[in-house]
Amino acid sequence: MNPRRLPTLRALGLALLALLLVGALAFVALRTGPLAPTRVTVTRAATGTLQPMLFGIGTVEAQRSYAVGPTASARVARVAVDVGDRVQVGQALAELDPVDLDERAAALDAAMARALSSIAAADAQRADALARRELAAATLRRNVELNAQDFISATALEARRQEQASADAALAAAQANQAAAVQEHRRLRAERTALQRQRENLRLVAPAAGVITAREAEAGSTLVAGQPLLRMIDPATLWLRVRFDQGRAGGLAPGAAARVALRSNPEQALPGRVARVEAVSDSVTEERIGLVAFEQVPAGVSVGELAEVTVALAPRAQALLLPNASLKRRGEQLGVWQRDGTALRFVALRVGAVSLDGQVQVLDGLRAGDEVVVHSERELRDGSRITVVDSLLADGAGPTP
Amino acid sequence: MISLAGRDILHGWGKFVLTALGLGLLIGVTLTMAGVYRGMVDDAKRLLDASGADLWVVQQDTQGPYAESSSLRDDVVHAVQGLAGVARASNVTYLTMQVRGARGDVRAMVVGFEADRAAMPGAPPFLVAGRQITRSHYEAVADLRTGFALGERIRVRRHEYTVVGLTQRMVSSGGDPMVFIPLADAQEAQFLKDNDAIRNERARTTANPTLNRPGVPGLLEAVLAAQSANRNVNAVLVRAASGADAEALAATIRRWKHHEAFTRAQMEQILVAKLIATSARQIGMFLVILAVVSAAIVAFIIYTMTLSKLREIAVLKLIGTRNRTIAAMILQQALGLGLIGFAVGKVAATVWAPGFPKYVLLEPGDAWRGLAAVLVICALASTLAIRVALKVDPAAAIGG
Repeated sequence: MNPRRLPTLRALGLALLALLLVGALAFVALRTGPLAPTRVTVTRAATGTLQPMLFGIGTVEAQRSYAVGPTASARVARVAVDVGDRVQVGQALAELDPVDLDERAAALDAAMARALSSIAAADAQRADALARRELAAATLRRNVELNAQDFISATALEARRQEQASADAALAAAQANQAAAVQEHRRLRAERTALQRQRENLRLVAPAAGVITAREAEAGSTLVAGQPLLRMIDPATLWLRVRFDQGRAGGLAPGAAARVALRSNPEQALPGRVARVEAVSDSVTEERIGLVAFEQVPAGVSVGELAEVTVALAPRAQALLLPNASLKRRGEQLGVWQRDGTALRFVALRVGAVSLDGQVQVLDGLRAGDEVVVHSERELRDGSRITVVDSLLADGAGPTP
Repeated sequence: MISLAGRDILHGWGKFVLTALGLGLLIGVTLTMAGVYRGMVDDAKRLLDASGADLWVVQQDTQGPYAESSSLRDDVVHAVQGLAGVARASNVTYLTMQVRGARGDVRAMVVGFEADRAAMPGAPPFLVAGRQITRSHYEAVADLRTGFALGERIRVRRHEYTVVGLTQRMVSSGGDPMVFIPLADAQEAQFLKDNDAIRNERARTTANPTLNRPGVPGLLEAVLAAQSANRNVNAVLVRAASGADAEALAATIRRWKHHEAFTRAQMEQILVAKLIATSARQIGMFLVILAVVSAAIVAFIIYTMTLSKLREIAVLKLIGTRNRTIAAMILQQALGLGLIGFAVGKVAATVWAPGFPKYVLLEPGDAWRGLAAVLVICALASTLAIRVALKVDPAAAIGG
């Protein structure tokens, strides 16, 4: 190699290095920092059908649930069923301690027997009075005849009449005694029946067919009136009490189709239907409460289980749609950044329904085909320089869930 | 006229380029340190930008919600919304916690915001991918820095959330990336305890004879239900109506609503002057030392470069080169070294800045100031070398 050319080569290499450095510096200055344009993605407003959906969180509840307990304070003697048992209507579930009820029944039985004896005695007394009255009547009849023939004095006849009256009175007394004895027996019998009823009341029976969900006391514990001993539900009436955000609950009505994802099986969407929308909503949590019935109650679902419920509302056809990521707020105005050629301007909008996949219905402010900014690297301002790219992420936008 | 400096550089170009490179890396470190400081301040400002508020309403006598904890009832927002001059008011909660994703957990600031209306204060102001939250529960928008991907299931306390959108540069004042979730979920995450704590609390209440009375069925259940409900938020974010005076609005809220209220300027003051003051001063101190050390090293490099050329300079003097020419050569070399070093440093800082775990903000203003400082330091350092060079005895070229 020619040694005289060496410095030129060296100078060339150094010049290249210097150029590289200046290039890198220029690139750094223009591509980063405030001079760099903001990368954005854009979309066009398109007409389509919007399917507004409501999303709410619910818990499984039984429409019919029963609390079985005593009507008066009592101690539990025996519990016949356990949690999870299926029971039929009228089935004996538990028994409460009768304390002295049986003894009082025995006493009443004895009293009734005594009342029967009293009736028998009264019957006998009446028969006796009847006999005495017949005798007195016969004696009086004879004495009247004798008096008519003047065999006996008028005074003697008066005595016979008095005997007859006494015998009548004695009979009336005997009859009254007999009636009293019968009534006493009837009273005792009614009391005995009442005691029987009380005794039966201590046996707790199932008010309907269902499943026992709680056994809250055991034999030996004392319950106050109205305190439940057993709780049961009718599993055929399981439904969901769902809370919907008040702000989005417009349009929620009975009959709307719903999809239910239970926490225990989130992958499977169970079909359901809005059965009722409660007239009173929760003012503290600002939630509307709807009751969603399963089309078919799934097996093994537990009361109190959490579920995600999605309710489909009436679709809006021919709506102008935009992704909700494009909506920005500027002061009091809600709007989007519209790209008009190279210029960027903020357009205020009125928006309507929102679908769960993030589509927003534009009511006015934009026409179909208008190009708006969806994603941006930073907040946009009037006069921001932008570069439109397909995706702001290095590995592509990925699926929008 | 030939350029003495250029000739000299061409003569020992390897040494010159390597020196410039080393100097550049040092300048790069200094610029990065300035960027770290700017990044900290910017993180604090981004937090305020992200909230999109003109006014923060917090608990009385606190400086919440970022610098101190603050707790308000969530119906305060209605009273605030009713004030004249308020365009929008919305509840917000902030909680820094570990969020579990598919690849382990990430420290993040969980923001609960009102997701039921579009673009409320507190909502992520822009997205880089995906969409905004549409379900009232169990959806999340995460900052890119969390590393979460669209569609990923993440776990915040008791519930799993689906990441539906991604945003960028949404960080807390500590630099933790934000995860936005619906307000009701965030209230639950913030105030509801874990299962063990709930069970312990239940057992404790059940064991309390005044709350679990045998003669009052239902009392225990009522007490337990009351324990697990929470209706608190950390702050109410207010966007003032156009033309409304934020300071007057804040004064009204302080005086009549008995809550503390901060304007944007006051909030920035709290964040920058109080929250990050110590760490900012720490970085600032380091920056000063680094700048001084860099200046010293530049001076020494130029000085030693000149010392190693003393014989050549003596020869130049011997052949009658003027002092001005020699001084210009040294000055040009020093400035060239500085310029190349600055360019290398700026490029290097820009290349490695995104690799930092916290944000590094390289401001053009800092770069200009850095350039000026480098040139001034180089010029000053060269005077030292020039003094030595001018004192060289031309006879040294021949002598030992």
